[in-house]
Amino acid sequence: MKFLESGLIALDVEAPDAAAAIRAAGGLLVDAGAAESGYVDAMVASYEEKGPYFVLAPHIALPHAKPEDGVREASVALARLKQPVVFGHAKNDPVLLVFALGASSSEEHIALLRRLTSLLNNPAHVEQLKSASSTQEIEELLKQVN
Amino acid sequence: MKILCVCGLGQGTSLILRMNVENVLKDMGVSADVEHMDVSSASGTSADFIITNNELAQSLQGHAAKIIIVNNYFDLEEIKNSLQEAL
Repeated sequence: MKFLESGLIALDVEAPDAAAAIRAAGGLLVDAGAAESGYVDAMVASYEEKGPYFVLAPHIALPHAKPEDGVREASVALARLKQPVVFGHAKNDPVLLVFALGASSSEEHIALLRRLTSLLNNPAHVEQLKSASSTQEIEELLKQVN
Repeated sequence: MKILCVCGLGQGTSLILRMNVENVLKDMGVSADVEHMDVSSASGTSADFIITNNELAQSLQGHAAKIIIVNNYFDLEEIKNSLQEAL
């Protein structure tokens, strides 16, 4: 299970639109060996077919697809966009934090989502993620959150 | 009482919503059977309440369950207020 380990956080990511933003975050999972490139295609396809339902809080998106679309290991990556991008969500646009979720059918999936929920349930943490000036700062924050 | 937490695929955002809904219900001292699933499964499942976001609520208009809309899945206050209003 890979939860925002150091190779899985990227800041100042440039993306002209939502699909590019999803690809950037998904690409982090592929680079870390947690997912195959087909999974990233599936993430983008899911957005195109089902819309931006995964923009589940103001400025936060959690794009994902199904485990069988190409996930090797339950994982979460974060791409913080240099410029916020509109995904088309009536209430929560524009998106700044894109968390790519490598969905899994194992128990790790639930553990991963619990950690993510603990992290993001706290508005102070969300602020820190938005304003951190380095990945080290984010890694420090993560150490404090269980 | 049966509550469905609904999202587009049924295993990511709906599960997060379910975790937070269960926490809030526990705080409120309310017991309910909470499940999570995607929109298509939800249309075929009976329930008292469906919690989802604005976007997906549209596709669930005809459902017998009462639809509760939550915009920020990480905002426990919003979830609590929406549940209190509905229950």
